[in-house]
Amino acid sequence: MKFKSILDAIGNTPLVEVPHLSPVDDVRIWVKLEGQNPTGSVKDRIALALIEEGESSGQLTKDKILLEPTSGNTGIALAMVAKMRGYRFTAVMPDNASSERVQLLKAFGAEVEFSPGDKGTNGSVAMAQEMAKDSRYYMPFQYGNPANVLAHYNGTAREILDDLPTIKAFVAGLGTGGTLTGVGRRLKEHDSSIKVVAAEPELGELVYGLRSLEDGYIPPIFEPDILDGKVKVRARESILWTRELLQREGIFAGISAGAVIWVAQRVAERLSKDGTGGDVVCLLADGGWKYLSTEAWTQDIDTAESQVEETLWW
Amino acid sequence: MAVEVKIPTVFRKFTGNEATVELEPGTIADLIDQLGSRYPGLKEQLLAGDGELHRYVNVYVNDEDARYLEKLDTNVGEGDTVSLLPSVAGGA
Repeated sequence: MKFKSILDAIGNTPLVEVPHLSPVDDVRIWVKLEGQNPTGSVKDRIALALIEEGESSGQLTKDKILLEPTSGNTGIALAMVAKMRGYRFTAVMPDNASSERVQLLKAFGAEVEFSPGDKGTNGSVAMAQEMAKDSRYYMPFQYGNPANVLAHYNGTAREILDDLPTIKAFVAGLGTGGTLTGVGRRLKEHDSSIKVVAAEPELGELVYGLRSLEDGYIPPIFEPDILDGKVKVRARESILWTRELLQREGIFAGISAGAVIWVAQRVAERLSKDGTGGDVVCLLADGGWKYLSTEAWTQDIDTAESQVEETLWW
Repeated sequence: MAVEVKIPTVFRKFTGNEATVELEPGTIADLIDQLGSRYPGLKEQLLAGDGELHRYVNVYVNDEDARYLEKLDTNVGEGDTVSLLPSVAGGA
């Protein structure tokens, strides 16, 4: 494949069967390897879409500084696209993000503002929204920008249907809700019986230690009704199945991948029980590189679990 | 065996700092009633004015979000675990 620019190399990621991970004979599990995107995550898709939307709406001009709250992947992707398009970029990120993320952002020339880690991504969202009142900034805001959903509707979902039109279920992690909403909408237009299921991280006590319920947050672009199910997964199961993915199938993916696999296995069991069988597609958001400092693959499981829980693993 | 309900930090001021509470089996609505009579004020935190779950409260039965089961009518049996968690922004 030949491309004129790294931006043209975004998307069209491989869809790979993982036969040793299916718990039942009549369901095949496939993984879409979003870690194969240029900066190593699914967020390259939305970074390009968000910046192009800002340009075409006229809100993003060369004198603006791009600003975005992020736990890492969107920031790294925006930093790359911003560099290619000639914009300055400031990422707002919790201060417990892994060091690889900070290094990558700085390598791409981004500035990083840290929000308190104990407030999780909610804290980054609140801080970025406050900063964005300054008119020097343009904040695409992935949690509220329909371009996020459209990137998946027009890209990710179309690719899945081209490769596997008989798909019976789709599983992805819940972050902004953009992947699940965009892919889910197109899959259900194709065949309304396709099940769309979210894997959700069970975060550490600290992150849930909100002062009041009013600090709760549901991303504006997320359409909860598109889902057929939502399952929470602990860090421990996510680590164990991220390891199994590497051991059994040779795929080195980020820690949220284990959570998505775990949920896909439950979906597979249900499809088998219903007599439906068929194909389940999992979206694996990133590769494992940015999580090496958590020692998720090398420590005993108890140590790995506590080290992953201390960082931002989702 | 009863139903084990996990209480998040944000609601522990109602439960005298208890992190887990044991209740009798029933629907989620029944469990919320039990919580309300044992811990005054807690039911009003979990339900919105319209009687449905507060939009920022997620209730999980054995890790599955009850909004995608039978909502407040979801049956919770002996040995099941219920978790209450506030919704937070996901990583991205």
